[in-house]
Amino acid sequence: MTDLAIDVHGLTKRFGDRVAVDNVAIRMPKGQVWGFLGPNGSGKTTTIRMLCGLLKPDAGQGTCLGYDLIADSRQIKRQVGYMTQKFSFWEDLSIRENLEFVARLYELRNIKQVVDQTLETLGLSSRQKQLAGTLSGGWKQRLALAACTLHNPAMLLLDEPTAGVDPQARRDFWDQIHRLAAEGLTVLVSTHYMDEAERCDEIVYIAYGQLMTQGPVSRIIDESGLHTWVAEGPGVRALADRLRGRDGAEHVAYFGSALHVSDSDAAKLDALIASEGGAGTQWRRERPSLEDVFIHLMGQAEDKS
Amino acid sequence: MIAPLKRILAILAKEFIQMRRDRMTFGMMIMVPIIQLTLFGFAINSDPRHLPTAVYLEETSPTVRSIVAAMRQSTYFDIKQQVFDPAEADRLLQNGEVAFVVEVPSGFTRGLLRGDRPQLLLSADASDPSAASGAVGQMNEIVRRALNESLGRGWSSLQGQPPLVDVVVHRRYNPEGITQYNIVPGLLGVILTMTMIMITSMAMTRERERGTLENLLAMPARPWEVMVGKITPYVGVGLIQTGIVLLASTFVFGVPFLGSPWLLLACVGLFIIANLAVGFTFSTIARTQMQAMQMTFFFFLPSILLSGFMFPFRGMPDWAQWIGSVFPLTHFLRAVRGIMLKGADATAVWHNIWPLLIFITVASFIALKRYRVTLD
Repeated sequence: MTDLAIDVHGLTKRFGDRVAVDNVAIRMPKGQVWGFLGPNGSGKTTTIRMLCGLLKPDAGQGTCLGYDLIADSRQIKRQVGYMTQKFSFWEDLSIRENLEFVARLYELRNIKQVVDQTLETLGLSSRQKQLAGTLSGGWKQRLALAACTLHNPAMLLLDEPTAGVDPQARRDFWDQIHRLAAEGLTVLVSTHYMDEAERCDEIVYIAYGQLMTQGPVSRIIDESGLHTWVAEGPGVRALADRLRGRDGAEHVAYFGSALHVSDSDAAKLDALIASEGGAGTQWRRERPSLEDVFIHLMGQAEDKS
Repeated sequence: MIAPLKRILAILAKEFIQMRRDRMTFGMMIMVPIIQLTLFGFAINSDPRHLPTAVYLEETSPTVRSIVAAMRQSTYFDIKQQVFDPAEADRLLQNGEVAFVVEVPSGFTRGLLRGDRPQLLLSADASDPSAASGAVGQMNEIVRRALNESLGRGWSSLQGQPPLVDVVVHRRYNPEGITQYNIVPGLLGVILTMTMIMITSMAMTRERERGTLENLLAMPARPWEVMVGKITPYVGVGLIQTGIVLLASTFVFGVPFLGSPWLLLACVGLFIIANLAVGFTFSTIARTQMQAMQMTFFFFLPSILLSGFMFPFRGMPDWAQWIGSVFPLTHFLRAVRGIMLKGADATAVWHNIWPLLIFITVASFIALKRYRVTLD
């Protein structure tokens, strides 16, 4: 048996003329939590759907949990829990009915016991007869996670599970993910939140269907070759417009009240900051943040396509 | 005054943009009047002519031949064939292959010349009373004219007022011409068409619209398992509807039930499957439940108008009959009316069953093919 949960290469999917996923390769070891990042419409959802056997790739091959992606999609479905981007359980079924239905589809034994246990862990025992549609966003997300881990999958594929969920629920959710990972579950989770990305063992970044970079957060930052200056102070607002588009300032972005100015060419960046520094701002060099790197990568992807 | 007008105009413009984007609704708005104009304007005719007729002649004198010729000339009757056995004539009428059988007994001409007022028997398939009534009403006049020409005007006027031939009309299967006998069994088909297609197309579309289909398919359920699991409950619904209509038909409207209930049940089963296949196909095309509704309506409208439910099938021009023959309702109606009113057996309804089987095969094939495409 291989230690890789996901081992695919050349993965390609077209919708008409549009190439949604282009020649993507992922090798992900078992038991890790990986973040799957990229701008909207970059092909994250399509990739995940190919990995869990919902979509047939037009080209490429590989294995998921040791099963062939194309030939064994049924075995893959049995051992993978997939949580869709949009809440996709039955809103006109009660919480209990939803869980029971899922349990029966997976042909679980002791359905009543499993569902009781899950409701207990979720803290939903008292509300089990409530219709799923009446739950708040955070609770829906918890129910969805519980439902897609009901059959003890070996791997979880989560598609933007925390979109539109409040910060506390988001934290709880991630604690849960780490608990599951500690039990040996492999998790691939797509997200737009940098703090979530930083909690992952490794990151896969995809843009316009193409894999841009992959690795641990710190290595991605180091390998980006990016240099960043951070400015703070009352003069920052006027500065932003002045620096944008100038040679030596590849991108200029706010982080809270601070302004990040980044470029691949350290000398040009330093020269620009020296000449345009302006009054009323304090400048300091900083290690680029993950978001700086992503903005940089997105720019590169735009140039390529 | 001008500000509300500007805002109304803004909403108006937005409404037009959306109307144009929603192809299905736009198509409905244009197509439905065209379909209705075509069907009501050209296809539907409540005084059908060229009705297939068989003749059983025990004698063939020039006078008899002139009566047959006059029937043909009247355009009401289309003399399809001559039979030599009354049982064969019955069979044709029961199968619905002919609408009329004209029987001329031996000794007809001799009786006529003697002034005995011999009988001429016109058996009509009155399971659809309105389809038969026009031709039946014309029969006396047709016979009178034929005799005038055959025997000479002077001779007939000599005989005075009472007609020379006693035209006896047998309204078979529905002697009193009760409309309900025709409508109520037909209603069974109409109700099943409407609900089966609508419910299945909506049920599947709803899963897709709400995103739950994706979830369902990411779990171990196979596509065909999803399809069978989703459709089967509605077969049950269809059977309950059938029960209600048949009970009302028997106890409220007093419609006779001459044939085998099991044969009827078999036909109902096939018909339900045919409609579910259509509904399922629609559900793979429609993106929203609204579109599923519209597609159902698109199918339902011509079904009910061209199947012979509302208007006599044989009254329509050939092109409309061809289109009508595509719809499962057309064949189901004939089978149900045959079984209930005429006591038709399996061999008699077989020629209404095989078109249903073909329809089911084709529709399921399209449904499955489309289903695969939508999953991807």
